[in-house]
Amino acid sequence: MNPVKKDQAAGNRRLRFPKHIREEWYGRVYAYFCVTLLIVTIVSIVWFIASKGLNPFLSGAVSVPELLFGRTWSPESEPPLFGALPFLAGSISVSLLAAVLAAPFGFCAAVFMTQIAPKVGRRFLQPAIELLAGIPSVVYGFVGLSVIVPFLRNNFTGQGFGILAGTLVLSVMILPTITSIATDALSNLQAGLKEGSFALGATRWQTIYRLILPTTFPSLLTGVVLGISRAFGEALAVQMVIGNAPHVPRSLLESAATLTSIITLEMGNTVGGSLHNNVLWSLALILLIMTFLFVFTVRMLERRAGR
Amino acid sequence: MSEMAMYTKDLSVYYGEKQAIKKVSMDFAAREVIALIGPSGCGKSTFLRSLNRMNDVIAGARVEGEIWINGRNINAPDTDVVRLRQNIGMVWQKPNPFHKSIYENIAFGPRYHGIRDKRKLDEIVESCLRKTALWDEVKDRLKGSALALSGGQQQRLCIARSLTVQPSILLMDEPASALDPVSTAKIEELIAELKKEYCIVIVTHNMYQAARVSDKTGFFLMGDLVEYDDTQKIFTNPSQRSTDDYISGRFG
Repeated sequence: MNPVKKDQAAGNRRLRFPKHIREEWYGRVYAYFCVTLLIVTIVSIVWFIASKGLNPFLSGAVSVPELLFGRTWSPESEPPLFGALPFLAGSISVSLLAAVLAAPFGFCAAVFMTQIAPKVGRRFLQPAIELLAGIPSVVYGFVGLSVIVPFLRNNFTGQGFGILAGTLVLSVMILPTITSIATDALSNLQAGLKEGSFALGATRWQTIYRLILPTTFPSLLTGVVLGISRAFGEALAVQMVIGNAPHVPRSLLESAATLTSIITLEMGNTVGGSLHNNVLWSLALILLIMTFLFVFTVRMLERRAGR
Repeated sequence: MSEMAMYTKDLSVYYGEKQAIKKVSMDFAAREVIALIGPSGCGKSTFLRSLNRMNDVIAGARVEGEIWINGRNINAPDTDVVRLRQNIGMVWQKPNPFHKSIYENIAFGPRYHGIRDKRKLDEIVESCLRKTALWDEVKDRLKGSALALSGGQQQRLCIARSLTVQPSILLMDEPASALDPVSTAKIEELIAELKKEYCIVIVTHNMYQAARVSDKTGFFLMGDLVEYDDTQKIFTNPSQRSTDDYISGRFG
């Protein structure tokens, strides 16, 4: 090879960046692009909901306390009344009750799978619970409608529709969330803790009850909060069994409604830009704010768990 | 011959099909320190764990043979394992304080066993922390988290914790191998001190440590107890060739 050609080749190579640097660059551009797109999407969703949802307040048609504490929801009356307290009460009560019901089961399932029978747990219980998580919510609603509602109707007073039916359906739906997070927490327990307790002459029950559960408590609570969050946002299954009566429920067996169920029910009947439509967006905004609160709580709990 | 704390007779441990410990017979005198040495995987930790039936919690582990303490074979199936473990304290390589306050770590065991009286618990906490020379270092922050202590302090806390259920025997699985030299020296001083009351069985990878702290030394190789004799003799004039090879660093 003559020296001139060799120099030219070197020159060409210097003009183009080496392959590994180009690859690095492409990768970075791609990642930045995706992240930007993601952020833009999130910001625009929040912006959209906020701009629509704040409209009733800014235009002076409805005040914030009126919406949050008003007990009457009658969009068709003259003047229309938009009191969302029944839906807030409905959403909060079904979510909390579902969590109260599902948490002990979830913890027990997690303790069983990690501490008592890890083999059976991994082979049967875990897939079963994952399956539970994969069932579409309309199926849950359907089962609730055809099993739970008639059962409640035949055994208690009322129509069967109501908070209790919603709670029961939701508790099964959030069980996988609570269980899987509890299972993770229990199996990531620092090595040696259990042995330390056994060596002091503790029984397995004492070890689980006095050491393992308290140690993993923040993580367990994280699972419960995520479960509540899921229950709070669930629309379809709840709507199918709760009865959708817009009044503040006074008993578990009385028909009620939730924020999500009222949005799905009424959004088809409203005209975009109308007050009624915008107030539904306000309800969506409340849901969004609640979700932020849940995420924030989970973050705080994780920080505690990480200590 | 001094008073006997414990002895094993033909003790074998199997993990599935594999025999990890082959018919080991060993005796442990009260108020003596017995070091178990040997290359990694020789079975010394497994042997140690079987002495308080800790192998029970490992799936697939099976222990055969006899372990005699106070005239009872504790490897018999009718043994109350929970009671037994109160008689034998255990300390691990990695300090494993509970995620609780220093006070609660110490009070944990006694609480299990039904001691509720605050004054009694205070007494136990103080005496156990004094025994491990930790009292002066932590007495002002008993309510503080045990996880905030240094590694060496955590290990002494774990030793203190193991004393709370009033054992007669202490098992230590490489108690100082995760610690710095100063903390290690403290643990060794502590072992010398605790020897006055307890029989201590210690697994160690550090031959100097074995020579420093122990009265008798057992050398394990491939699940066999090759040689068991006074530490002095093992380290100066071992009777087995493989013991000599190991302590002089020719393998292991």
